[in-house]
Amino acid sequence: MRGRALKLGSYIFISIFILSIVRVFTGATDLTSVGTASAALLLSVPIILAALGGLYSERAGVVNIGLEGMMVMGAWAGGFIGYRHGPWFGLLGAIVFGAVGGLVHAIATIGFGVDHVVSGVAINIIAVGLVRYLSTLLYKDGEWLGPSQSPDIAAIGYTGLPILSGGTFFGWRSPDLSQALADKGWFFISDVSSIFRGLTGDLSYITVIAILFIPASYFILWKTSFGLRLRSAGEAPTAAESLGVNVYKMKCVGVLLSGGFAGLGGGFLALVATNHYQENQVAGRGYVGLAALIFGNYRPGGLLMGAGLFGFADALQLRDSASIHALLLIVALILLALIVRDIRKGKLIKAAISFLFASGSIWFFIAVKELPGQLVTMTPYIATLLVMSLASQKLRIPAAVGVSYRRGGLK
Amino acid sequence: MKKFSPLRIGLAVVAPLAAALFSILISSLAVLASKKSPIDAYKTMWEFGSQPANLMETLNIATPFYIAALAVAVTFRAGLFNIGVEGQLRLGALFAAYFGAMFSLPPILHILAIFLIAMSVGGLWAAIAGYLKVKRGVSEVISTIMLNALAGGLSAYLLATHFTVKMDGLNSNNLYTKEISESGRIPNLMPFLNKLGIKDQPGSGVFGMLLVAIALGITFWFVVNRTRFGFELRATGINPIAARVSGVNSKKMTIMAMAASGAIASLAGLTNILGDTYQFTMGFRTGIGFTAIAVALLGRNSAGGMAISALLFAFLEVSSRALELIDIAPETYVIMQGSILLSAVIAYEVVRRYKITVQSNEFAKAVQQ
Repeated sequence: MRGRALKLGSYIFISIFILSIVRVFTGATDLTSVGTASAALLLSVPIILAALGGLYSERAGVVNIGLEGMMVMGAWAGGFIGYRHGPWFGLLGAIVFGAVGGLVHAIATIGFGVDHVVSGVAINIIAVGLVRYLSTLLYKDGEWLGPSQSPDIAAIGYTGLPILSGGTFFGWRSPDLSQALADKGWFFISDVSSIFRGLTGDLSYITVIAILFIPASYFILWKTSFGLRLRSAGEAPTAAESLGVNVYKMKCVGVLLSGGFAGLGGGFLALVATNHYQENQVAGRGYVGLAALIFGNYRPGGLLMGAGLFGFADALQLRDSASIHALLLIVALILLALIVRDIRKGKLIKAAISFLFASGSIWFFIAVKELPGQLVTMTPYIATLLVMSLASQKLRIPAAVGVSYRRGGLK
Repeated sequence: MKKFSPLRIGLAVVAPLAAALFSILISSLAVLASKKSPIDAYKTMWEFGSQPANLMETLNIATPFYIAALAVAVTFRAGLFNIGVEGQLRLGALFAAYFGAMFSLPPILHILAIFLIAMSVGGLWAAIAGYLKVKRGVSEVISTIMLNALAGGLSAYLLATHFTVKMDGLNSNNLYTKEISESGRIPNLMPFLNKLGIKDQPGSGVFGMLLVAIALGITFWFVVNRTRFGFELRATGINPIAARVSGVNSKKMTIMAMAASGAIASLAGLTNILGDTYQFTMGFRTGIGFTAIAVALLGRNSAGGMAISALLFAFLEVSSRALELIDIAPETYVIMQGSILLSAVIAYEVVRRYKITVQSNEFAKAVQQ
């Protein structure tokens, strides 16, 4: 356990170090700015929530590609209920609507044994249609200003680490040490400090709650008997049943929780990331959450890394396309590291391929001064695809995930 | 159970019927929620949808749905799931429209050349997902979704920069590729229909791509059910391990199935380009690839079933336009499509299980005697 923490720490250290070097050489200050770090966190949260949703469902053995649709339901409910009764009720509504999506998925897959992917896709299609229909009704009634956008909603409060990251606590203005250090512009130290400031200052309450869900989920799924039962339903349902676990119940609870998390993720988009519901707001984040979960090897800590990676790439492309340009150099550096590793292991062909890609991205970095906007928007997806194709070999997928289960070994 | 026993036929009818009833119930509730009469709504839809001009529009919309659904079905049959049809048909259509406008060939050859360009681009794009699945173990569900986002960004970039033509003064916000010359266009079926005694109707007639769709459907049926390739495809889908043991190269089948799917998908994107607009524009319809998944699921991946469900989805979409007239949101059709889909997949599954129960009971009886 200590070895793993040390390894993780050194990875973080090296990544920030590479980022600082590239920042100094290219002048792309947004690579490590406070704004980027805080935007990355904000953009990661809905993906973290979707991935957590996926975690509970897939660990219970039910593939949930319907996360996307459940997030859409949650986002819409956040806009609808949030506008009528305030943001906190909006969030509650988002969770409930997401869980309703989960209920449909549970009835179809667990009750009727429909193929999990088929049911999930059906839910995604229905959810989009349903909220569009409901939005049109609200627009016709005059409550909403347009058929694809809710009116603005009051904001949820913010908090942060006292003393270190500023903010106001009970009327007392805290000093902001990390911001002060970040402003100095020192190599590496200021980079670390501004990332720290971005991740710990001016956080929405919901962001804090979402992050806390990660260790909580680890505890629930791996340290309680409930968690063991839920996971056993996804690993060996027949064996679990023979030991007296109610597999149907465990799967249902998993899928309902899954819907609730996805709904909260959607609500976050409507209530915290912006201040209104908008059509197409979810824009594939449910799928990305699923990708983050798979990338993270179906574990809470892993999915956090996957979601963080996507959030970081997304934040960069939204804030500053010059930074995306600098990313090319980072890709080249990482590939160089891989080449050294491959040569030492004697895998010369692999090293040659990596070398080809590395020289390609360096050439691209030098030849093109600024990347066009349409290509910059692709960054998070390319990053996800690249990382998944480099890393997805050592996965330990829940053994019985996606298998239609029926009590007593019926078909 | 015999092949044509009354029970078997009855079950085949009951499943879609139950699904249809359930979805009518849901849609009626949706209409009631807007304080309108469902009966009025259905009557208006039927009256509007059954007019000849609107039936032709239904055919035009069903054509790309059907072709794209065939693309989805190829992967379903191989036990894969291609969610990336949307991106494949978009990229394929864009490249075909751009390169197809650069040359001129004798009529049919030109069209075939455009098909070939589209199919290569769509097929290669989809093959990426197949390759990643086989070589790197990346789930094709995830990779095709990422590739969709990439195809969207890439096509927007190409359309805005390298592939665009400047139209003097006219509508400067829209972006176009160059127009495809006369020889590369697929003729409309209207003159032919005139000879059969069907009068001209307002609207865009019937796109010639309909014939291509029908031909593709027949080919799909033949290849999947009557050839070695189709057998290996289905074997990989039903039991990959058994298939591998009996000598099927399942890795090759995975890549082939994805490539074939992407190639077919790209043709769906050409329906309007070769039949109506003759160029790729910013107004290129989005979402066909996702509707196609629903069409394939509803049609149970069979050539005939998907034809019926493509027509049904297109009919609902066209006829619901009339709902605006009686002040009901036309978006109702999306609810109808969704509820039909979900209730149908549930009904199919229930019937399948019931059949297994009946069969095993019959078997038990036979053993006892």
